[in-house]
Amino acid sequence: MPKVKIPRKSTLIDMTAMCDVAFLLLTFFMLTTQFKSDESVIVDLPSSISEIKLPDTDILNISVTRDGRVFFSIDNKNYSRERLLNKISEKYPQLQFTAEEEKAFVLTGSIGVPLAQLKGYLDLDETERKLYPQPGIPVDSTNNELGVWVMQGRLSNPNVRITIKGDQECSWPIIKKVMDTLQDKNVNKFNLITDLEADPNKLKGI
Amino acid sequence: MAELEQKAVGKKGKKKKGRKKMSTRIDLTPMVDLGFLLVTFFMLTTTFTKPQTMEINLPVKPKGEVTEEEQNSLKASKALNILLGADNKLYWYRGLPREPIEPLTETNFSADGIRKVLLEKNITVTDMVVLIKPTNDANYKNVVDILDEMNICNIKRYALVDITQDDLNEVKKLNQ
Repeated sequence: MPKVKIPRKSTLIDMTAMCDVAFLLLTFFMLTTQFKSDESVIVDLPSSISEIKLPDTDILNISVTRDGRVFFSIDNKNYSRERLLNKISEKYPQLQFTAEEEKAFVLTGSIGVPLAQLKGYLDLDETERKLYPQPGIPVDSTNNELGVWVMQGRLSNPNVRITIKGDQECSWPIIKKVMDTLQDKNVNKFNLITDLEADPNKLKGI
Repeated sequence: MAELEQKAVGKKGKKKKGRKKMSTRIDLTPMVDLGFLLVTFFMLTTTFTKPQTMEINLPVKPKGEVTEEEQNSLKASKALNILLGADNKLYWYRGLPREPIEPLTETNFSADGIRKVLLEKNITVTDMVVLIKPTNDANYKNVVDILDEMNICNIKRYALVDITQDDLNEVKKLNQ
C-alpha cells in the first residue's frame, strides 16, 4: 500500500502582514494626532448636547477662567501668530518686539496679560512664563484690549472662527462683556466650547 | 514565516539534508502586540480630546438709538421669559413682568423642571419666543444649560436678553 504523505503544515501564523497593518495604523495615528498644547489656563467646561466638532485650525479662542480672567489664543496656521504680533506693534508703535520675543509669542499658548505687560511677559524664559500670574486681558469698556486682539487676530487670519471657552462657574457678566466685545467688532457668530452630554431625546429612542 | 525566510529555504532546498540549520525566523508576535498597543493608545487619545462646540448667532447690534417701542415690538402673549438667578435658580413667566399672563414661578434645571415647561408651552403657545434673561448672579453654566435646553426641546426662536429692573423686582418679591 502506497504511503500517502500528508505534508505537515505549520500551525504558526504569518505575523508579517499583521505587523504591517499595525504599524501602518500606528504611523497614521501618530501623524494625525494633535497633542494638547501647553495650556496655562485651566477651564472646567460646561456640557451640552451639541455634537459639532471643533476644527483644529483657524481657531481664535477666548478662554475665561473661573475667577473671570480672560485669555486669548490663536492657532499658528500660516504664521498667523507672527503676523498678529506685527500688527499689534504696527498699531501700538511703542510696542516693538525683538526676534526672541516674537519667537516666544509664537511658541506660547494663551496670552492673558495687558498689552503694557506683554513685552515683559515674553522676555521671561519658558518656565518663568508658566509660573507668571497672568492677570487676564482687560475687557472693560474704557480699556478693551480684547477687542484689539480679536480685531487684529481676524485681520491676520481672515478665515478664523471665534470660540469662547468659559469655565462653568464663571459669572455671567464677564462672558457678557466678552460677547459684547465680539458684537462691537461685528462678530455675531461664534462657538461656545462645551463637553459632550447625552441627548435625552436620543436616550428615549433607545 | 516571513516572505524572505521562505525564499531562502527554497534556494537552499537541495542542501537540506546537511547540518541542522538554525532558524532565522523572528517571532513577530510581541512586535505586533506592541504595535496594536500603541495604535489603541493613539486611537483613544485622538478621538476623545476633541471638544464639542455649540454655535450661537447673535443679532447684529443695531446702529444708533433704538426706541423703546421697537424693542418691545414682540407680542407679550408670545413671550416666555426665563430668568436665571443666583445659586442655579431659575424662574419663568409669560407676558410682561408687571402684568404676566402666567405668573413668575420658580423651577429648576432638571428634566421635570424647565424642560417640562418648555415642551408644554411650545405646543400650547403658537410662535413662542423664549427670552433668556440671565441676572448678574447667574453663572456661565446656567446660560449654556438653558441654551442647551432650547436645543433639546427643539425651540427655534429664542434670544439672550438683558434683564430689566422690573424683572429683578418681581424675583425679589417672589423670594420674600
